[in-house]
Amino acid sequence: MRLGREVSGRDVGRNGSGMPDGPGRILAGGSPGRGRDGRSVSDREAGSAGPAGESGGPVSYRLDAVGKEAGGATHLFPMTFDLVPGGLNVLLGPTLAGKTSVLRLLAGLDRPTTGRILAGDRDVTNVPARRRNVAMVYQEFINYPSFTVYENIASPLRRAGMDRAGIDRKVREAAAALRIDRLLDRLPSQLSGGQQQRTAIARALVKEADLLLLDEPLVNLDYKLREELRVELRQIFERRRATVVYATTEPLEALLLGGHVVVLDCGRLLQVGPTIEVFRNPASVDVGRVFSDPPINLLTGVVADGEAVIGPDLRFPLRGHMAQLGPGSYRFGVRSSHLTLMKSSGGEAAFGAVVDLAEISGSETFIHVTYAGAQIVAQQEGVHTLRLGQPVTLYVDPSRLFVFEAEGAGRLLAAPDGRRSVVLER
Amino acid sequence: MDRPENNKAWLLVLPVVLIVAFSAIIPLMTVVNYSVQDIFGPGQRFFVGAEWFRETLTNERLHDALIRQVIFSLTILVIELPLGIAIALALPIRGWGVSVSLVILALPLLIPWNVVGTIWQIFARPDIGLAGRAINGLGIDYNYTADAFDAWVTVVVMDVWHWTPLVALLCYAGLRAIPDAFYQAAKIDGASAWAIFRYIQLPKMRGVLTIAVLLRFMDSFMIYTEPFVLTGGGPGNATTFLSQFLTTIAVGRFDVGPAAAFSIIYFLIILLFSWLFYTAITRIGEGGDR
Amino acid sequence: MARITLHRVAHSYRANPGEPSDFALHPMDQSWEDGGAYALLGPSGCGKTTLLNVISGLVTPTQGRIAFDGRDVTALPTRERNIAQVFQFPVVYDTMTVADNLAFPLRNRGIDAGTIRARVAEVAEMLDLTADLHRPAHRLDADAKQKISLGRGLVRSDVSAILLDEPLTVIDPHLKWLLRRKLKEIHERFRRTLIYVTHDQNEALTFAQQIVVMYEGEVLQVGTPRELFENPKHLFVGYFIGSPGMNFLPCRPEGDGVAVGDVRIGIGNGGVRRLPEGAQDLKLGIRPEFLELVDGPTPGAVPAAVRAVEDLGNFQIADVVLGTHALKVKLPEGFPVPGSRAHLRFPPDRIKLYLGNRLLA
Repeated sequence: MRLGREVSGRDVGRNGSGMPDGPGRILAGGSPGRGRDGRSVSDREAGSAGPAGESGGPVSYRLDAVGKEAGGATHLFPMTFDLVPGGLNVLLGPTLAGKTSVLRLLAGLDRPTTGRILAGDRDVTNVPARRRNVAMVYQEFINYPSFTVYENIASPLRRAGMDRAGIDRKVREAAAALRIDRLLDRLPSQLSGGQQQRTAIARALVKEADLLLLDEPLVNLDYKLREELRVELRQIFERRRATVVYATTEPLEALLLGGHVVVLDCGRLLQVGPTIEVFRNPASVDVGRVFSDPPINLLTGVVADGEAVIGPDLRFPLRGHMAQLGPGSYRFGVRSSHLTLMKSSGGEAAFGAVVDLAEISGSETFIHVTYAGAQIVAQQEGVHTLRLGQPVTLYVDPSRLFVFEAEGAGRLLAAPDGRRSVVLER
Repeated sequence: MDRPENNKAWLLVLPVVLIVAFSAIIPLMTVVNYSVQDIFGPGQRFFVGAEWFRETLTNERLHDALIRQVIFSLTILVIELPLGIAIALALPIRGWGVSVSLVILALPLLIPWNVVGTIWQIFARPDIGLAGRAINGLGIDYNYTADAFDAWVTVVVMDVWHWTPLVALLCYAGLRAIPDAFYQAAKIDGASAWAIFRYIQLPKMRGVLTIAVLLRFMDSFMIYTEPFVLTGGGPGNATTFLSQFLTTIAVGRFDVGPAAAFSIIYFLIILLFSWLFYTAITRIGEGGDR
Repeated sequence: MARITLHRVAHSYRANPGEPSDFALHPMDQSWEDGGAYALLGPSGCGKTTLLNVISGLVTPTQGRIAFDGRDVTALPTRERNIAQVFQFPVVYDTMTVADNLAFPLRNRGIDAGTIRARVAEVAEMLDLTADLHRPAHRLDADAKQKISLGRGLVRSDVSAILLDEPLTVIDPHLKWLLRRKLKEIHERFRRTLIYVTHDQNEALTFAQQIVVMYEGEVLQVGTPRELFENPKHLFVGYFIGSPGMNFLPCRPEGDGVAVGDVRIGIGNGGVRRLPEGAQDLKLGIRPEFLELVDGPTPGAVPAAVRAVEDLGNFQIADVVLGTHALKVKLPEGFPVPGSRAHLRFPPDRIKLYLGNRLLA
């Protein structure tokens, strides 16, 4: 036991009974003298400004060359990245990208095949889940079926041996935050899916874990419910000092949550950075593909004599962010919303295509065309009625184009506005 | 889903390993030890090598018992599996009927084995037994204590009565686990009841059927109590199966050495058959779900 | 292929329904044209799956009649209705190859082998499954399995309608685009009646020509994506369609406009809007897309405070406070959001007024 406490150093904080436990103590959650509710922004900032690992501050987690293999298959190729302490970290990637593998490693449910997981400056690679102060929320709504909502939320506190009054206060507080305070006497089977997931999230929150892991928590909920919970969750996370890791397959969800994003695909780390920065500067074709909904349109073109030529029609002079491109072959990326049916500023290049399909979504129209062998989606504000097979002219502003290498990893060579975020080497 | 990787788990397994060692491995070693010795009494034992194995393998009566045993096990498998599946398919899906039929179905499984033997011993008696009297009343000459075929039929019927419910319950559990969408899709595709059974229910039941076949095979291959109580292995040796034959040698004649050799051969036969069944079933269902 | 009509159809899962609350589906009249693409849209528990099952024949409605091309099919079982269905989770016959899966509905109907081969090849081609035809179906990914489910519907030439019950639930976002595109192409080519059940407005709006919005067992509105977006007839439709949903502000009639708190908003006089005298429970509705955020006082604009702006890449959402009411404003990418001098303009032709839950005509 003594060993465990030294390694994890968190039991004291969780019980809310003891004294600070030296540098190993990480969570201020239950210590006397610190109000749990009404934690102000300045308090939060003061906490996160201090060196990691000091009493009160959120701990910084780092995956150091972490790789994971199981049953002969590589789930994660060795990757190194830091989580933003006390912040929201979104793991974005399609199915089988390795999101769940990363969460399980962070939770201590699995051990990496290679590399280390560091909490502050301590190696927690071999600390089992039970001794890490983590909470996890799953895709499926996991609650104790025979417990009421109240007992479900209270369960981690009871296990920690908290006193009755303390439990009651914390349960009601978490239930209020998730707007299930009227449902405390119900059993999970009497709840809707959304309410069940709210209960599971409340249970994860009361633990005051310093690492809160969520694995696609909203994927099994209705679209509209998802929209509401996303906003609520973001606000709840902002008020907490826990480091939050949130896995999702949806680019829009990542953007709505904000924070920082870790882009994964097929077990590889593609890019890390502030969410909106990564969206604006995808480090490679793969990031562009993963972090775009509808998918980013990719066209192969040739640059010669200061001009780019894509397919039979599309040609434009290289200016601004593309002025430095040397002759050769490139892949040009353009988001659907930057392809228009109407000429506006005058700087656009045009190309002709035939409509494969038009989808109208009330406020906008998605026009599917094929050009130079590539399937392209243009997203247009307003309702446009287009017939199948109808020829259209699409306009693209070259200053909105991403340029990627044509070969190999397809690294980003130029992004609109010339902004670049931190690009990681593979 | 959340199986943490932890080497300490081995520590937790240790007690079980010790128990298995004391309860299975050590006695098994004792049997191996006996099987290569001739034992006259305390302190009087001679090493005989493979003598007992040779003798056992060439024993005519053992061959007969083995053949009888294989026929018996195959017979009850052939009857109990389709019957169990049929019962499972016929069981109600919802409503009060579910619990009622499940309880009724489980009743035979709750009765101690020797009581099962006794029940059938009385039930089938041609003089006072309900079934025995009734069959004779129909003009069929039936006496399981005198006629070898009648004895066989009685033992098989008893086993079917006793164990088909287990197969049915397993299959029922397997059937209930099939999502409704599969049935709906099949209806829409115009599938006949047979096609639904063949392409949905049977493939989805593969897992539980594997378990049912293995359980029923191993169990029937070791059957002892019920026929012992019912027929005592008779008339003659007509219903003397392997385990009863073994008991006769070991307890009746006190030939510990041959009995030990027999036990080992017996054990290996069961292992071999189980493996054969397992591989066969998992192969057949290549296309099954995982 | 068939025109589907529902006449006073209602359904209750209770044996003796009495109260209206006993009904999962309230009495409705619907008529769906042959070859149309329809979506049943609504939150969980709104009755959309019940309605789908009524059409497929898996549920016999408690009341009312259902007809395909005028032929009453209320009492017909599923297999005699000639419909096809794709389920939320892929249903494939595990022990069969992809080709056998596709051929299954035809074999069950005793079609000759040559025709089956030709149909299977054609459908596989259409769904890009040709390369996988001889692989065991259970080895394929979720999206390919969904295509097989769809294909089993397409191989039949006698299908009245293809029903899709949240078919893209288990599909990754970037594959959803491909699959939806495929679905639309198939609709264009085969012109089958398609009925698509979903809770996802994006899927419904982009897929369907006509959307049936359902809530608590009732059909609130049937319309094209544009009608639902621009002219929601019910508060719920305004809220449910659009992301974020419509803004609603409690208001009262004042002069030739309305007042929200002490702020007067002109509602224009182009369309004659007669507000009921002393109307209670009156709400002004306007889409976040139609609100205009301007810098500094502008005629017709009212002062408002911008509380926060979210940059969502392709667009921005501003959180604006007007008096005591919060509003969302959707702004284009890169739009400069005004600070303290922000004013909101409500384009009069975009303002909708609701009395109770219903749109004032």
